[in-house]
Amino acid sequence: MANKIVFDPVNAPDFLPVEKLRELQLTRLQQTVLRAYERVPFFRAKMEERNLTPNDIQKLEDIAKLPFSIKKDLRDTYPFGLFASPMNEVVRVHASSGTTGKPIVVGYTKEDLRVWEEVIVRGMKSVGMTSNDIVQVSYGYGLFTGGLGAHYGAEALGATVVPASGGNTHRQIMLMKDFGVTTICCTPSYFIHLIDQAQSMGIDMKSLSLKYGIFGAEPWTQEMRKYIEANTNIKAIDIYGLSEIIGPGVAMECIHQAGPHIFEDYFYPEIIDPDTGEVLPEGEQGELVLTTLSKAAMPMIRYRTRDLTSLTSERCACGRTLRRIKRISTRSDDMFIIRGVNVFPTQIETALLSIEGTLPHYQIVLRREHNLDTLEVQVEINDKLIGDTVSEVTALEKRISRSVEQIIGIHAIIKLVQPDTLQRSEGKIKRVCDLRDPHKIN
Amino acid sequence: MKLKQLSIMIPNQPGALVHICGILQKAQINISTLTLADTADFGILRLIIKDWEAAKKALESNALVVKVSDVLAISIPNEPGGLLSILNTLNSNQINVEYMYGFSLATGKQSVQIFRLNDPDHAIEILNKAHVCVLGAGELFGN
Repeated sequence: MANKIVFDPVNAPDFLPVEKLRELQLTRLQQTVLRAYERVPFFRAKMEERNLTPNDIQKLEDIAKLPFSIKKDLRDTYPFGLFASPMNEVVRVHASSGTTGKPIVVGYTKEDLRVWEEVIVRGMKSVGMTSNDIVQVSYGYGLFTGGLGAHYGAEALGATVVPASGGNTHRQIMLMKDFGVTTICCTPSYFIHLIDQAQSMGIDMKSLSLKYGIFGAEPWTQEMRKYIEANTNIKAIDIYGLSEIIGPGVAMECIHQAGPHIFEDYFYPEIIDPDTGEVLPEGEQGELVLTTLSKAAMPMIRYRTRDLTSLTSERCACGRTLRRIKRISTRSDDMFIIRGVNVFPTQIETALLSIEGTLPHYQIVLRREHNLDTLEVQVEINDKLIGDTVSEVTALEKRISRSVEQIIGIHAIIKLVQPDTLQRSEGKIKRVCDLRDPHKIN
Repeated sequence: MKLKQLSIMIPNQPGALVHICGILQKAQINISTLTLADTADFGILRLIIKDWEAAKKALESNALVVKVSDVLAISIPNEPGGLLSILNTLNSNQINVEYMYGFSLATGKQSVQIFRLNDPDHAIEILNKAHVCVLGAGELFGN
């Protein structure tokens, strides 16, 4: 299955000479900073605090003078406080669950959506996909950027899109088989689950037409890639993105699978020391910081992704001048990702807050069972919670579970435990116990 | 007369019951009767103890959560239909039996059952009217 990739004009920006690319980045950075300064009071205030004006950005390195943006900024300005476009120019919003029960909201103009489609098209073409492909999008549709992002990207490529959305594993497999699906877009852990389910249905994934898997929305490993490729005829491709920047498509691997290329003409990457905020030299591992270079509705300047990785400008075999990041497998905060959904422990805390007597002692346990991630919340019982009938206790568990699901959208297994059995700590309590072994496929 | 029942949630695993009984033995507290309800993860142990306050204190000082609820000890004629007539009385007054279990004080003609009812006060009233024998602590534990 040698995929000969024909050069396409759409991919021209991928191959810009480095100097040209840096020039373009500087121009766009200056425009973005000016736009944010003029239109987003929150950003302007941060600039003024540091006695900065857009004129202080004379060269790319000057970006280090600019203040960072963090997730909390989006919460503090909920819902539209960081928008730089009037609402009649904003054509879509997406949202991801936030830590206080309120989601964080991002907005797009028509042009922003076009850019989003363009980067996904460029990524798909860099893998060898064409309009002949049939693409099943099994990311969740809705407020989450995964589903609609991949959907419109694949449509813009001219491929045939099967908007399966998440869940209903048997139907997913039936669609792949009956429609002759060539490409699947979903989280890598969900795809491994699909492989296992197909086996139990007596379907050999290798007999299907599947050629490409565009996997993202959660950290994954080389072992998972190997497992997927050994059990299917798929090239497992890493796609990276986050709603705050645009959604999936900030970076994507080419057919050489040597780490996602950042679409640098639209997103400017830096790697910083997560503790000091200092920009690190190329090749060193640190926190990825991204700046949007064209976003109109919501420019993001030096957004701290909390994802730990490193950056390389070493030329890829494909010849792209776009720098690559290492596959992301760890984060610098306590956020965890389960089935593609970002969750902070504080969200679980918010859910528990609505049920009297459940706080302050709880623990989150993540497991991977039959290649599907499960979320368990352990809650210490106390005299406010305990009942003397089984029905009261199971009702309590259901109530907690529903409350968690309402906030994060993921089913949680609730386990009541004895008092004083959960970890107490002097300093920062480790709320999340992640027992998922990303290196083990079971 | 209402009795106090202690309920403790314990993990459904070997040694859990041993642990509880050990605590009570150390405090020289006798269990008059008990029942154990189980689910997948945990069991609810319900205890009838003469000196329930001391028992509660002993258990709580061992980091256990103890819930106190009111139950009735009802004497039931040891003959066909004995339980039925009592249930009929409760039923015709819309009193629900949450659960019940035996008390180990069966004399020849009577058996004693512990009833957890949704409305114990109302139940005492109507049971007394129906001449059903609701036992007090004195009759159960002796003095």
